Amino acid sequence: MEMLAILIPISLFLGGLGLVAFVWTLKHQQYDDPDGDANRILSDEWDDRPKP
Amino acid sequence: MSSLAPSISACPACVAAPATEALAARRMEKASGLMLSLPTAHCAACISDVERALAAMPGVNSARVNLTLKRVSVSASPEITADALIARLKSIGYPAHELDPGLLSTTESDRRGRDLLMRLGVAGFAMMNIMLLSVAVWSGAEAATRDLFHWISAAIALPTLAFSGQPFFASAWASLRAGRLGMDVPISLALILASSISLYETFAHGDHAYFDAAVSLCFFLLAGRYLDYRSRAAARSAAEELAALEVPRATRLTAEGENVVPVAELAVDDIVRVKPGARMPVDGVVTDGSSEIDRSLLTGETLPLWAGPGSTVSAGEVNLTGPLTLRVTAAGRDTSLHRMADLVAVAESARTRYTSLADRMARSYSPAVHILALGSFAVWLYLTADLRLAVNIAAAVLIITCPCALALAVPAVVTSASGKLFRKGFLIKDGTALERLAEVDTVVFDKTGTLTMGAPAVTGLGGIAKGDLEIAAALAGASSHPLSRALAAALQADGIKAAALSDIRELPGYGVEGCLGGKTMRLGRAEWAGAAPVDSTATYLSKGGGDAIAFTFTDSHRPGAATAVAKLKAAGKRVILMSGDNEAPVAILARDLGIDDWRAAQRPEDKAAAIAALQADGHHVLMVGDGLNDTAALVCANVSISPASALDAARVASDIVLLGNDLGSLPEAIRLAEKARLRIKQNFALSLGYNVLAVPVALLGLATPLIAALAMSTSSITVSLNALRLK
Repeated sequence: MEMLAILIPISLFLGGLGLVAFVWTLKHQQYDDPDGDANRILSDEWDDRPKP
Repeated sequence: MSSLAPSISACPACVAAPATEALAARRMEKASGLMLSLPTAHCAACISDVERALAAMPGVNSARVNLTLKRVSVSASPEITADALIARLKSIGYPAHELDPGLLSTTESDRRGRDLLMRLGVAGFAMMNIMLLSVAVWSGAEAATRDLFHWISAAIALPTLAFSGQPFFASAWASLRAGRLGMDVPISLALILASSISLYETFAHGDHAYFDAAVSLCFFLLAGRYLDYRSRAAARSAAEELAALEVPRATRLTAEGENVVPVAELAVDDIVRVKPGARMPVDGVVTDGSSEIDRSLLTGETLPLWAGPGSTVSAGEVNLTGPLTLRVTAAGRDTSLHRMADLVAVAESARTRYTSLADRMARSYSPAVHILALGSFAVWLYLTADLRLAVNIAAAVLIITCPCALALAVPAVVTSASGKLFRKGFLIKDGTALERLAEVDTVVFDKTGTLTMGAPAVTGLGGIAKGDLEIAAALAGASSHPLSRALAAALQADGIKAAALSDIRELPGYGVEGCLGGKTMRLGRAEWAGAAPVDSTATYLSKGGGDAIAFTFTDSHRPGAATAVAKLKAAGKRVILMSGDNEAPVAILARDLGIDDWRAAQRPEDKAAAIAALQADGHHVLMVGDGLNDTAALVCANVSISPASALDAARVASDIVLLGNDLGSLPEAIRLAEKARLRIKQNFALSLGYNVLAVPVALLGLATPLIAALAMSTSSITVSLNALRLK
């Protein structure tokens, strides 16, 4: 049962990590244009870096 | 931003200076951001075509397409106008409309959507973690381990519920204060009861804790809420977008010269110039210039009227040929256009509210759930005199009956159906419109601008001598009047070469004249060309003697109009044509499209009365119209559709807006609505079916958290999958 002491914090940490990632995507407006984003991966024009 | 892009430099200070400049410039650009509606964009190629074409224009800094909203936002230097962008987009085959960014209050709705999404995400992650712990408990963890797991679950679940459950608590509180039992009351009760019971059980080292059930309940309900919100927000932003379509600007003449001002700033007795092709921004009296005006949006008439000094014009009419100078007699809220729109608003508020399937369901469901939970509590308390057991069973009943799948049943279908309809060019403005569309058995069409494009097409060129056609081609080519343009285009398509006329000049409001062999040739209005007017839209050619020749026009059909009528009739719907136009053009159109039941010269109140009569006979009427004369009928009908080119008031009054030009997919839309209604009913049956199975188990006190979790997840997932089957 000692492994619970390791496994539970790990599972909580991973869950928290997922939540932080989700909050980050939300704050960066990644859900504003789902249709457009789905189509943009098919486009031949991409940019290597964010626009100035 | 090509000209201002920071260049690569070795000296950091040199880079910094242009960077601040660029920053300032960017702030300027924000102010000159333009927003265009792009109804036909639908794929990756559209995105890159539009963005490439716009970015290549000098002065445009960046263009970004939002495919979900079918919009492009452009940041450009101030000298770039929306008209230039629209012209460029039109040349590559994308019709676009300007939107007024001031009216698009997207930030507010975005904030609310993001708020819901955040609560949904938090509930989702908490649910996953608690489920991990619960699986261990279900598979036999005991004593100290089980207590530990319950405690960790409680530590995750309670803050999550406090945060994610807020929308339900708030709306339940609001409905209790209003003395109603909404869907949210049993939801909140279940959430609160389940978490407090579980907390008590955890303290008392009990076997069952419902933290997982409470959090997953919250998660599924939020998912339904978010889907519902998304389709509403799409409709709302669409309504805002359409209100923004008519960018209200006018050219005011003052002592200092011309300046372009927002219509809202115009006052009575201002002098306003209206260019050919523009819409009258105000009611007024013509003080200078002569022209023809098109009143079809207001009355349905296709024949243009002459206007000169002294004529009165109303806001919403279109100036066709010459520039007109108006003295404003009424502006803004006082214009006849606005007064009519206000009348519609009054009619709108009187419209009996349609009770949606979900409302009807909720009305009988909530009391049933409460009575069931209370009953089981009382019976178990009476039988066993064990308060803890009785409360536990009541909580289990509430959790299992909680309308988890019911909350998903409608939004999942509506989201999936309105997404499909949006792709076909139909924009659903009202949530219940889909259900009402499914009930339609009679379709009433307006003529001008609905079944026709409101653009003329010349007819019967065959009987006219080639020499006359050549003269007409020369004269028509010199004018930008819609009839002239249509005539010139038709003649060019027939390979007619223009005759060599000299001294061609246009007299706005009358026509075009030119000289050939010393004689004056005229193409224009009947009285000016000295011709006897015929009974349809026509222009007349006089050759300085002899009989004038009439070129007659019909309105070109909207693409897909004939298919739509044929398919509707094949589907057993009754099709009726009601128009404010004269009998002859209406009869011709009805014959061409195969509509047997048509009525001409209908006044707005006639249309509304006819629809009311149909409804009194038990018919469910769909009205399709675009003009101000249709608005009363649009409001009156069970469900209404107007094209995006329709007048503001008509679009506001209708439930569904047709974004593209093609009417051909209308029968398909009705079929999809019928399918969606069927799916909603199936979903209700499915979720009730799960309850019928699970409630007896809960009532007998046999429900465990595992059974609750299974019933809830499987019913929610089946319901969502059933919604996705919609084709």
